[in-house]
Amino acid sequence: MSETDATTKDRSSVRALLRLWPYVRPVRARLFSAAFVAIVASCLSLVFPLVLKWMVDGPVTDGDPGGVWLGALALLLLGIVEAVLFGFRRWLVARPLSSVEAAMRADLFRHLQRLPVAFHDRWPSGQLLSRATTDLMLLRMFLAFPLTFLLVNTTTILAGFVILLLQDWSLGVVLLAPVVPLVILCSLFESKYSLVARQAQDQVGDLTTVVEEGVLGIRIIKGFGRHRSQALAFRALAQRLRATELGKARLLAGIWALVMTIPELAIGAALVLGTVQVADGALSAGTLVAFLSTALALRWPVESMGFLLAMSQESATATERFFEVMDVQEEAEPSDRPTARQAGEEPPGLPESGDGLRFEGVSFRYPDAEPDSPAVLDRIDLHIRPGETMALVGATGSGKTTLTALVPRLHEVTSGRITLDGEDIALIPRPRLRELVSVAFEEPTLFSASVAENVLMGAEGADEEALSRALDVAQAGFVGALPQGARTEVGEQGLSLSGGQRQRLALARAVVGRPRFLVLDDPLSALDVHTEALVEGALRQVLKDTTALVVAHRPSTVMLADRVALISCGRITAVGTHQELLRGSEEYAWLMSGAERDREPGTAEDTEAGADVVEESVR
Amino acid sequence: MAALLLLLQQAAAQAGPLLVAYAIDRGVPAFRTGDHGPLIAIGAGYALCAAGSGGFQYAFIRASARINQDVLLDLRGRIFRHAQALSVDFHERYTSGRLISRSTTDVESLRELLSEGLQELIGVVLAFVYISAMLLWLDLGLGALAVLSFVPLYLLVRLYQRRAAEVFGRRSTAIAAVIVKFAETMNGIRPVQAFRRERANDAEFRVLNHRHERSNGDALLEMARYVVGSRLVANTTVAGIVLWGAYRVAGGTLALGVLAAAVLYLRRLYDPIDRLGMFLNSYQSAAASLEKIAGLLAQTPSVPEAEHPRPLPATTGGFPGREVVFDGVSFAYRTGGEVLPRFDLTIPAGQTVAVVGSTGAGKSTLAKLLARFYDPTDGRVLLDGVDLRELDTPELRRGVVMVTQEAFLFSGTVAENIAIGRPEATREEIVEAARAIGAHEFISGLPDGYDTDVRKRGGRISAGQRQLVAFARALLADPAVLILDEATSSLDIPGERAVQRAMDTVLHGRTAVVIAHRLSTVEIADRVLVMEHGRVVEDGAPADLIAGTGRFAGLHRAWRESLA
Repeated sequence: MSETDATTKDRSSVRALLRLWPYVRPVRARLFSAAFVAIVASCLSLVFPLVLKWMVDGPVTDGDPGGVWLGALALLLLGIVEAVLFGFRRWLVARPLSSVEAAMRADLFRHLQRLPVAFHDRWPSGQLLSRATTDLMLLRMFLAFPLTFLLVNTTTILAGFVILLLQDWSLGVVLLAPVVPLVILCSLFESKYSLVARQAQDQVGDLTTVVEEGVLGIRIIKGFGRHRSQALAFRALAQRLRATELGKARLLAGIWALVMTIPELAIGAALVLGTVQVADGALSAGTLVAFLSTALALRWPVESMGFLLAMSQESATATERFFEVMDVQEEAEPSDRPTARQAGEEPPGLPESGDGLRFEGVSFRYPDAEPDSPAVLDRIDLHIRPGETMALVGATGSGKTTLTALVPRLHEVTSGRITLDGEDIALIPRPRLRELVSVAFEEPTLFSASVAENVLMGAEGADEEALSRALDVAQAGFVGALPQGARTEVGEQGLSLSGGQRQRLALARAVVGRPRFLVLDDPLSALDVHTEALVEGALRQVLKDTTALVVAHRPSTVMLADRVALISCGRITAVGTHQELLRGSEEYAWLMSGAERDREPGTAEDTEAGADVVEESVR
Repeated sequence: MAALLLLLQQAAAQAGPLLVAYAIDRGVPAFRTGDHGPLIAIGAGYALCAAGSGGFQYAFIRASARINQDVLLDLRGRIFRHAQALSVDFHERYTSGRLISRSTTDVESLRELLSEGLQELIGVVLAFVYISAMLLWLDLGLGALAVLSFVPLYLLVRLYQRRAAEVFGRRSTAIAAVIVKFAETMNGIRPVQAFRRERANDAEFRVLNHRHERSNGDALLEMARYVVGSRLVANTTVAGIVLWGAYRVAGGTLALGVLAAAVLYLRRLYDPIDRLGMFLNSYQSAAASLEKIAGLLAQTPSVPEAEHPRPLPATTGGFPGREVVFDGVSFAYRTGGEVLPRFDLTIPAGQTVAVVGSTGAGKSTLAKLLARFYDPTDGRVLLDGVDLRELDTPELRRGVVMVTQEAFLFSGTVAENIAIGRPEATREEIVEAARAIGAHEFISGLPDGYDTDVRKRGGRISAGQRQLVAFARALLADPAVLILDEATSSLDIPGERAVQRAMDTVLHGRTAVVIAHRLSTVEIADRVLVMEHGRVVEDGAPADLIAGTGRFAGLHRAWRESLA
């Protein structure tokens, strides 16, 4: 029998678990009372052998039936109190612990939603999901059992030993002997186990990613008949996880065996010694029975230390994984930045006419890119006048989409600045900025909600009329033919729509709030010629009094714009009307017609050709 | 084997109290008379039992871990393979979030049952049997009293089980809803942020999360009730046995050692009751999960693999193309709503057919029938005279390849993504395919070229570039029939032209079905089909149709004007 103290825990894992405190704090009263109740209950179980001893040495030996009844009644009472306390403890923590889990999950969700897009590009959602589910469930279980019982068992064991030593000093020492080796073994085990536990959790995350991709990329997998190789890849990962889990089991088996054997050996020794003492008359039979009964009552607290520590270790890892994501800084809001305005700038509170959308020396490079890698966008200067529609044309991969992502600050400019009506967007709070600027993405994503909800998320408080107007602009007449019209559920959990239908809803979403600024990323790519012409007609009306930046691949889309900016390898190489550029820029002519030409895009000569046009039209 | 180990382990572990009884009743008197034999035997026996129980425990945990992990490996693999085998229309109905929660949290709760619960249960049952036997053997009366207490315990367990089943079912549904919302939000983070959905999402998530919190708390409370009940029964029985036993010892009809052993055994008998509760806990949640998993596994693919696959005949005429025949085909969704009324269509081997028509005309459905993502409601789709349903799946997928508008990239490198078309392809062949489609340039420009990790669903690779990768993938697959469904929608005009030039050579000798809104595609087609409301309304050579006065001529005129 031994005492395995919680202080053997690795310092770093204690530190990790301490970070849970803010979440535990609101329920601390309940949690502590529960721990207290548990301690009382488990100390009651130590009183049990003492009553037994009193019975054996007293009434039983004397043959006193009244005493026997009294003893049994005491036992019954103890039993009832113990049972009630056990239940009470569970009742105390049941609701609070679920609420801790829920609070952590809500916080994680809240935080992740506000992390920059660049973060989500790096982190597979499977990894995030496994943190929100399995890791948090583990933490709830940790708070329910290991945390309380590490304390309870430690106290019980200590109390037990005090009783043992008081009853018989020498026998108590025999039982205490294995404490030192057990403590050493446990701490050794812990450091090894934590490594394997973390490995296993990460592998579960990887596995989740494969599952997710297998579902999201199902058409490709099926189209190429790759489901077997996909299954093989999955199997390889699952097998790796199995190997790790078996490693975990091996460690666990080892510690279990030791924790079971060593104390048992001590009890055996105590039994032999005790018997000798009883035979010598140095010890009463009742004391020996009570002694052994106490020792056995302490068995579970000691044995369970192994798995309690293992669970704590896993919980520490889960905590680390949780905070790994929570520690990523949310994007700073303007209030956190110096608000001092530069000299010579327009005062705040702009006139309605404003200044339009202006890019000034904007460069961009992904935050995680090598510092010496070429910038994705390089010193972009571009001015879109109020009410003007500017088309953005460029070869695949020239940085068009990246440029559009900068306006609603989905990515932050690396240097330079972007102004809306003269106001630096870095100084506008994001929610307000995103209210001013409406976006339609290249990939139209719909959420699990009704058509109306999906469209109206573009404008808080917009009414039915706005909805039907937006649907008209986007030529989304098909909505009327859906089973429940605009109330039809779409997205993940609803009806699946075709690419063209989704694109039109995304467009409606962008225009529904009549935004001052509109950013459209190739908004008509999935539409057929006929529909496209209709949408263009309606869109023209919207664009008339909106400042807009429209990424365009086709002449028909370009025709929506007043002017066109040509982007090439991350630089604006020409700005002008469609006709001007057709004449002035060979690259533009090539992009618009696809006609054969001798040289590749973005050569020096080409840039120069466009530069003249830039001169005359940028300002 | 694991069961045997556990049997032995329990036997060794439960021998202790017996030795105590022996020590008190025999060892003490023997020692007094100077006979050290029994005491030495007790000491040795105890040591042996301790070592044995530890050793067996070690072996048992390892053996059972192996079994559990094998079961899990099998189950995970089975769910994954099954989900992959299910047809596309299933995936359109069953959300990815639900599918993911089936193979993660639901498997996880099974893992808990297997690794902790099952071992616990067997341990508890064995301990019950052993200890009851020991008690009965020590003293029939005391033993019978202990066995009698099993009746209320059994009833308690039944009651708990019934009540918990409902709660756990609710909890499992609640967590699935949480997962769906979570995954959907993270995957659509761009629109979420751009449209300031954060707060609204917080609120929706709070509701779902709270529902889970409620059911979770309910489950824990249910457990608390059970614990109180079972403890009460146990402690009352202990008090009863002690009373009766002590009475008899006092009366001289029972040995003190026997009573001591009985009490020690009883403590052990009821100790595992809590753990039985834990087992029931994991059993219930695992049962709820298993039910859902079984529901998924019970889904039969609506596009089943052929039972007696027929091979494709050898290609004739020295080119890879094959003849495609739609023979009396019609298609309607299960939920009703006919998409394609009955039609016949023959595409000769090597022909390139452009399919045009407005959104919702049934073009994609036609393509999906040919790629066997769906099976026709009536009629047959034949490839060189063989019904697609009778074709071996690998052979079908080698023969027919479809490139769609959504160009999904898997995590891994660009080269790996292209190699999906043909996994055994060499690097040269991959580069060759990329070059042919005009993707080589941008790929070489990536930080690590072909070895660049595309990370999360191609975040850093533009939509147009992803389509090029998808094309290279299809090219590498070298199919007899190539289906392009809006596959160039995100490309710029030069990109599209480059693809078309490549297609001109690539499609030579292959059968191809090209669906495109932009009519430039038509230039490479031998034949044009115009579809309207699920029917082919015009069919002919492009030049003839343009010259005519039909719909296509009108569309073509509109398109030419849009290019101006």
